[in-house]
Amino acid sequence: MDNILQEIGMENYIYLSVILFCIGVFGVLYRRNAIIMFMSIEIMLNAVNLLFVAFSTYHQDAQGQVFVFFSMAVAAAEVAVGLAILVSIFRNLNSIDIDNLKNLKG
Amino acid sequence: MEKKLALVLLLAPFCGFLFNVFLGKKAGKSISGIIGTLSVLISFFATTYFFALLQSTGQPVQVDLFQWISLEKFNIDFSFLLDQLSILWLLFVTGIGTLIHMYSISYMHDDENMHKFFAYLNLFVFFMITLVMGSNLLIMFIGWEGVGLCSYLLIGFWYKNQEYNDAAKKAFIMNRIGDLGLLIGLFILGYLFHTLDYATLKTSILSNSAVLSNPLLSIAALCLFIGACGKSAQIPLYTWLPDAMAGPTPVSALIHAATMVTAGIFMVTRMHFLFDLTPYVQDIIAIVGTITAVVAASIGLVQTDIKKVLAYSTVSQLGLMFLALGLGAYEVAVFHVITHAFFKACLFLGSGSVIHALHGEQDMRRMGGLRKAMPVTFWTMMISTLAIAGIFPFAGFWSKDEILMTAFHGNIVLWVIGSIASIMTAFYMFRLMYLTFFQEFRGTEEQKHHLHESPSLITIPLIILAFLAAIGGLISLPGNSWLNHYLEPFFNKAHEAHHLGATEYTLMAIATAGALLGIGIAYSKYIKQNQLPAEDSEIKGIAKVLYNKYYVDEAYEALFVNPLYKVSHFFRKYVEEAVSGFVFGLGKLTNEIGNQGKSVQNGSIGLYLFAFVIGVSSILIYLFLV
Repeated sequence: MDNILQEIGMENYIYLSVILFCIGVFGVLYRRNAIIMFMSIEIMLNAVNLLFVAFSTYHQDAQGQVFVFFSMAVAAAEVAVGLAILVSIFRNLNSIDIDNLKNLKG
Repeated sequence: MEKKLALVLLLAPFCGFLFNVFLGKKAGKSISGIIGTLSVLISFFATTYFFALLQSTGQPVQVDLFQWISLEKFNIDFSFLLDQLSILWLLFVTGIGTLIHMYSISYMHDDENMHKFFAYLNLFVFFMITLVMGSNLLIMFIGWEGVGLCSYLLIGFWYKNQEYNDAAKKAFIMNRIGDLGLLIGLFILGYLFHTLDYATLKTSILSNSAVLSNPLLSIAALCLFIGACGKSAQIPLYTWLPDAMAGPTPVSALIHAATMVTAGIFMVTRMHFLFDLTPYVQDIIAIVGTITAVVAASIGLVQTDIKKVLAYSTVSQLGLMFLALGLGAYEVAVFHVITHAFFKACLFLGSGSVIHALHGEQDMRRMGGLRKAMPVTFWTMMISTLAIAGIFPFAGFWSKDEILMTAFHGNIVLWVIGSIASIMTAFYMFRLMYLTFFQEFRGTEEQKHHLHESPSLITIPLIILAFLAAIGGLISLPGNSWLNHYLEPFFNKAHEAHHLGATEYTLMAIATAGALLGIGIAYSKYIKQNQLPAEDSEIKGIAKVLYNKYYVDEAYEALFVNPLYKVSHFFRKYVEEAVSGFVFGLGKLTNEIGNQGKSVQNGSIGLYLFAFVIGVSSILIYLFLV
């Protein structure tokens, strides 16, 4: 295990993770397509997972990896529900552009 | 046994009140009146029992009910004390109260709210008994406030007339000013001595010589006196009493002549041990009393409303009583309170009888010649008038003479002014009699046709009171005074009997001559020259000043009422505007912020997300970087 960290430095995992997270954030902020936003959220989630795993290795502690399994399982469930919602939105509005979703307006 | 009887004495009028409030209307006028009268009569009988008991044992009865207020250093018991002074007061409060209730049955019979009248009257008697019977100042204060309330209710009894309501409010507010003084006095005494109980106060004041140098003691005495000023209508708080004549006449007789207005004298006599130690306050009391006596008497000279004359006469007589109190002659003041209760109640009831016969006419210029039509009213009032004028041997002669004699020995100036007030009293009382009962009737033909003597329910109280006014002086004849002897245990000192020498007889002669002079002037003016008081618009000169009561009401209006209104107006217009402007401004601001903020919540998910990210980022920056 140590080898991997020696080959690619720990800081690179952090950089990658931050970059992925920022891509996710900007994706959520700039895209209007709900599916793409959804994907962006997944990217953010995975950025965090990556960090978890990296630090888990770094600290020689398996807890982080266990967390990642949980996190992935929850994400899978969430995707199932989220996509179902998107499908039903599309059936109602014939669009998944979030600018059309203004029913929450106060 | 004693405890139960004392409770009966206290609560009988209260039961009468409850009956009249809840069942009076249903029971009908006669029943309501009879129950009201009986309830006071029961109290009177209970009082006579205690009086007899006191005479045989000589021991005051103390009735402890329960502990009322209990603090670390300060205890107030809810208890009653029946000693010489309170029993004496109870005797004439319940006695005259019974007579006046009886009188009211007939007098108020045409009033639709008769049950209400009797309810208030019973409540008044209850509070008056509380005031007199309480064994500490706080219980006295309950009664003190209660009688003030009843006075207010009864002055404004005919509430449909706005002027009467104003008079009631005036009486209440004037009394409140005095009550504030009384309350401050109570607080100071409680602060100094940790008790308000009469007996304990007395021992701690007399045993504690250090407190004598404390200025707070004098202030307390002065505050108590201010309270007495309000209740007993002394300068400067006297203006409510003449206005209080707006109430039905029995009320004027009971509350504003015989009982409630003597509460101030009762309180000062109760606290005599305090006033004895504060000579400056005593001087103030004597001076205020004398000035009140002469000022009120001079106003009484020219009034044309029969009840107003009697009202000013009451103020003046109360002033004389305070003169005696100020000179430390408490038993003399008490004597005058009793005789005054007899003859003034009789005079008021007599005037009520006249007003009743004339269907509400109160102006003496529209009366005259009633002597033949109403002989009983005339003779009873005549006896009382002789008594108040101080003619030998009627009650007023003895008591007024005692006061003037005390004043003569105390301070010659006070004696001179007091004597002038007495001469004026003789004059205006006979003026009242001459204008009302002599010469020809000056009212309308219709009134003349209906002139009649009042029914026996009205005349019997008159006869009893006139009888008492005639012989009341017997209780305290100079040289051999039953009253002084009776009150000796209360004052804790043997009373030195007046030495009846040449000076005393001369003083009596001067007083009688003064009274005769006053009567003579009234006779020559209203009988011989057959003058009539001028109509309102024709009054000129000094008489106009007197007729308008020295413009005291106007002065108070200008000095206190109007500035107060101005201040209130200022507060209403500017300060309240500013405060409410500020408060409303805050509300408007919040509203505006809300209105602006509303547009942020526009349903655009992108914006929400953006705000969310910004928010989380700022929190993170704040937590980790700052």
